[in-house]
Parts: sequence; structure tokens; C-alpha cells
Amino acid sequence: MSKLKAPWQKMENDALLNSLQTSFPDAACAIGSDWPEIDIDGSDLLTLIQKLRYDEQWTFDYLFCETCVDWKTHFTMVYHLSSTKHRHSVVLKAKLDHDKPQIESLVGFYKTADMLEREVYDLMGIEFLNHPDLRRLLLTEDWVGYPLRKDYEDPINMIRL
Amino acid sequence: MDVKITEPTTPFPGSVHETPGGGIVLSALDDVINWARSNSLWPLVFGTSCCAIEMMSVAAAKYDFSRFGFEVFRASPRQADVIIISGTIVNKMAPVLKRLYDQMPEPKYVIAMGACATSGGPFFYNTYSVVKGADHIIPVDVYVAGCPPRPEALLHALISLQEKIKSGMTREQIKSTLAEDGK
Amino acid sequence: MHQEIKTTPSGDMVINVGPQHPSTHGVLHLLITLNGETIVNLDPNIGYIHRSIEKMCESLSYRQFIYTTSRMDYLSSHMNNHACALTVEKGLQIEVPERAEVIRVIISELTRLASHQLWWGSMAMDLGALSPFFYAFREREMITDIMEETCGARLTMNYVVPGGVMMDLHPDFQKKVKAFIVQFKSKIGEYHDLVTGNIIFQNRTKGIGMLSKEDAISYGVTGPAARGSGLSCDIRKLYPYATYQKLQFNEILETAGDSFARYMVRMREMEESVSIIEQLIDNIPEGEFQAKTKAVLKLPKGEFYTRIETARGELGVYLVSEGGTTPYRIKFRSPGFSNLSALNHMIKGHKMGDLVAVMGTLDLVIPDIDR
Repeated sequence: MSKLKAPWQKMENDALLNSLQTSFPDAACAIGSDWPEIDIDGSDLLTLIQKLRYDEQWTFDYLFCETCVDWKTHFTMVYHLSSTKHRHSVVLKAKLDHDKPQIESLVGFYKTADMLEREVYDLMGIEFLNHPDLRRLLLTEDWVGYPLRKDYEDPINMIRL
Repeated sequence: MDVKITEPTTPFPGSVHETPGGGIVLSALDDVINWARSNSLWPLVFGTSCCAIEMMSVAAAKYDFSRFGFEVFRASPRQADVIIISGTIVNKMAPVLKRLYDQMPEPKYVIAMGACATSGGPFFYNTYSVVKGADHIIPVDVYVAGCPPRPEALLHALISLQEKIKSGMTREQIKSTLAEDGK
Repeated sequence: MHQEIKTTPSGDMVINVGPQHPSTHGVLHLLITLNGETIVNLDPNIGYIHRSIEKMCESLSYRQFIYTTSRMDYLSSHMNNHACALTVEKGLQIEVPERAEVIRVIISELTRLASHQLWWGSMAMDLGALSPFFYAFREREMITDIMEETCGARLTMNYVVPGGVMMDLHPDFQKKVKAFIVQFKSKIGEYHDLVTGNIIFQNRTKGIGMLSKEDAISYGVTGPAARGSGLSCDIRKLYPYATYQKLQFNEILETAGDSFARYMVRMREMEESVSIIEQLIDNIPEGEFQAKTKAVLKLPKGEFYTRIETARGELGVYLVSEGGTTPYRIKFRSPGFSNLSALNHMIKGHKMGDLVAVMGTLDLVIPDIDR
């Protein structure tokens, strides 16, 4: 893996960043470690996704990773989107409140979000509004708590380092 | 049908039925029965993770284990003699394993294959869902070390199990015999 | 004791397949709603091998967490390790020597071959043909012998370190790989003779489990399962990593979208892997096999993502670092997870016997799904 990115990737990223910044002036856009990143608040998600998914210059039709990071003061939902037509990618980050994390579900746009969001709900406790079938996926139905959170305590199993 | 069953003094294997004719007939018959049981143990299809691939390698042509009598893998626990626990057991799977073990008819044996089934393996620390060893759920006869163990290691475990059955002794009796021989 | 049979309000029966089942390739529990013999709905219930790897990695150092990923998708364990090492190297901006990159690619392609061989043998076994299983393992044992000599282990070879590979190749490596290639090329015709041309196999897989290209994109299906529907998604071609840009190989695409197309994609991929190994085996550059790195690695603050192509599809490693010696958050985007989400869509309207054919061509490895 060479140290520098391939030249075509850098040009592509800059062009993409410019077009995103002109279309969404309210959101903070920057180049992350690989792809342009857009930082938004959790409530603005659907409007952004609607444009990113269906607009001809972008057509981000492939959601290849959806996850959540617990920053102790807030949660961040991270969506990695890619386009099979133009072959560019973007990272979308939505900030959520720590005490009552809620965000809209993307099942209407990407069918893969169904199981991905169930997993995030199971392990992190984020509530997805308008999800067709939100229930635990990996843990048993009667599990109490959300293990991947930073404040999860399990005195029997976890050995604190 | 009335069958009088005495309390077993040697709980392994099986229980002793009192028959007219006495102990000599029974002990010779026991040897034959133990020999027959050990040479025809049919395992249950039970593989959870990586060790299952090494178990499949043992079943394949290079390290064939059907020459030791483990001819067919049975899919149903009602027809199986031995369950080879290959892979990690997690909290969600533990009741399933217990139910499978309960459904197997006597005499039944258990081999814990690999580090995960023995003691939790590489998933011992800082995991919230792994059962640290299959012997928290069901009693185990033979433990195999390795991650995953080589096919020869599993064959050694199977042969040890066969010897254990042929000897007809409990674990404590085997230990004291080995201590006497100075091994 | 009277046992209740579960039925839905419309009178369809709900049955369980698994978790202990010979054909599910692991512990997968499917709740299938049946109308007679036709499948109406399929609900996967996973988590029977959820070993909390993501939480565990938050307490392991950057050199240690690589080897827990071998146990995730254990049939392409070297490729999982490669992805993690690439992520750490991206964070630390380490330049990997060319010899190490070529060695990593050769062992990756050998692992892909071994994985496809096991897939072929167990898929044929599930459909009722017991002999191909032994033929597949004959070649697979040759590969695992090569791995054992060089890497030290047969299945979970912990061979990759951030910066290169752990030790140099065994002196017999080239000779043995060449002997293996000669044997494999003579036997691949046997594989096609045994299974591909069989009329029963073709009737059981042609037209079964249709997946269109748009559905494959929407469900996030990747790997050979998506390439059978005409979706071009090979990461080795689109976003090349580790010397793949210098190699000549084809991306195999089929347009039919049924189980037979996915089967043929994997069979042809085996031949492509052989041609990649042939290009590299005589041209392994001399040099270092490991770049010099510190003993204790500390990644700078930031996020790093790596995508590679494993035998099952696209694996993604997303690492969030806060500047310490352990990761803050790791997420593994596993190919099996998204492939499984498409199963319900693909199997609606088919019979119970077709379920095995479709699951076989999806090539699911359950610890990869549950992590």
C-alpha cells in the first residue's frame, strides 16, 4: 500500500467535495482520511439522503457500511455510501444526543439498512424511527443493556484493564 | 416390565442390572460390550466455528476417521453416540447444546475440541457473550488443545476416548491407575 | 405431551431450520413460514456464535487484534488479517516492502482457492453428491500443507504483521506451489465432470434464487454472489491494493442471476486465481520481508477504512483511533451479513429443497455474520 493516494483518487475527491459543498452549504464538508466527509445533525438525515441517492450527478446507491461510535458525550452514526455508476464514495456522519438517541431509518432507500440498523439497535441502543421490524438481532431477546456502549458494565465477564 | 436397577458403584459406563448368575458372566459381557461400543461411535453433526473445518478434514480422505469406527456423521441426536463440540459456545447457543445433549440416548460421550470449547480460548477476556468452556454446560470426557487442533490431535483424542470406554473405569480410577504406573 | 405447531393467522406453518443442521454451514437458525411446501417468508435468527469480537478488540493492542479476525471468516483468514494490517499501515503511513506485498498476494490467492474448493465440496454434499467432498479436500490438503510449512498453521495462519509478513518463505515454497498448480490444472476438468454437467445439479440450480442487479446493489450483496447477477464489484479491480494493479486477470461476470450463474462465477474464479499465482510465483522480488516498525504501535487520532476482496465478498475494516495503543472502535463490514439479508428476497416462492441450493451458492460462513 503506497503512502500517497492514487492521483485519480485525489482529483475525484476534490471535485466531489466542491459539488457537495455548493449543494449543501449548511453542512460541514471536509476530506477525511480517504473520502469526503459530511457532518450533519441527526434530524437532517432524510433530506440529505434523498438528494444523494437520486440526484444524477451523485447517485449514491450502495450503502456499504453503517455503524455507530460512542463518544461518551454524544453518539455519531457513520454511513459509508458509494456509487456504482460514478465510482465515487462519501462518508456521512450524523450527530445524536446521548440520552435519547433517535434517527430516521434508511430502509426506504437501501434494503441493506434493515439488518444493519437492527444490529446497531441491538448493540448500541440507537432507536430507528419508521423501521419496519426493530428487534434484537445478535443477543437474546431478554438481554438487558447495550454492550458496545462505553458505559456498559458487566462485573462477571468483563475484566477491566 | 419390572427391572431391578441397583445403585451404581461404578457410575461409568451405565448402571448395573442385577442378574441371576452373578458377577463373572457380567464382567466378561461388559468387556465385550465396551469393545463393541468403543469401536463404533457415531458422531453428531455439530460444528460451530473454525474447529469444524478441521473436523471435516479429519472426516475427509487424508486423515480418515472412519477407519476407527466413526463411520457416519448422524444429523439427528437420537442416533448419535458422541458429540464433538468444535467451536465456541456462546450464551445464546448454550441451551441448544444442553437440549441436544439431553436428546442423545445413553451411553453418550463428549469431546471438547479446541481451545474455545475447553476454556473459552482466545475469547476469554473482555467478552460479554462467550461461555468460558463447554463443561459449564455438559460433562466432558476428553479435552483437545489447539486453535484449531491438528487433525492428528483430534484422532489422538478419539483413540483416547475409545481406550477410556474399553477400560470401563471412571475418571478417578483412571487417574489413580496412571499414578500407580508412574506415568 | 401435546406439542403445539406454530401457525400464522393464514394457516401457514412456521418451522425451524437449525441451529444444529448439516447444511447450514455453521449455526444459523432460520424461521421459515411454509404454505404446503412453498416458502412464503424466511426470517434468519443469528447470534448463536456472536463472540463480541468488536468489543474485545477495544482492549487489544494494534498488533494483537489482527489475529482475532482470523477466526471471523476462517476460510479466508489470511485475507482478513491482510485487511487489518492494511488499516494499521494506513494509519501509521508505513511503506510495505515489495517482497512482502507479493508474498501476501500469493498466500491470499492460495487461501481463496482453498476456500472455493471447500465451498464446492460442501455445496455438492448438501445437494446429495457425497463424492466431490473428498475430491475437494484432496486439493485443499495440498494447499494447507504449503501453508503449514511457511506460516506454521493450517487454518488460522497468523502470518501477517503490520509492515509485512512474520517470517520469510520456506525454501521449498516455489517448488511446492508449482507442483500444486500442475496438479490442480489437471483436476479442474474432473470437478466440472463430476458436478457441473450433471443434469440433476443443473435442474436444481438453473432458474433458482434469482437476484437482479438492482436488488444486489440495494441489499449490499458483494463478491461472487453479486457478480453472478452482472454487478461489477471486484475490489481487486476497482480499488486495487497491494500489487493487484500490476497483475493481469479478468473479473468474472455472469448475467443470469440464478444459482447456476453464481456457481460458474466461483468455478472460473478458481482458474483466475491460478493464473494470478502463476504470474507471481517466478517473480518474487528479493528484499526485506518486514518493514521496521516500533514494538508498541500507536496510531494517530483519526479514522481509517480499508476495503478488500475476500472469498465471500467485500470486507471492510473501519477503525477509529483516539491516539492510544488500543483502538477506540472497530467495525468489521462483513460480506456474509449483507449476503444473508438478500436470502429472504431470493427464496420467496421456491420449495424447501431449493433452499439448500440457494444457501450453498451464497456461501455463508456464520461466524463472519455474527462476528
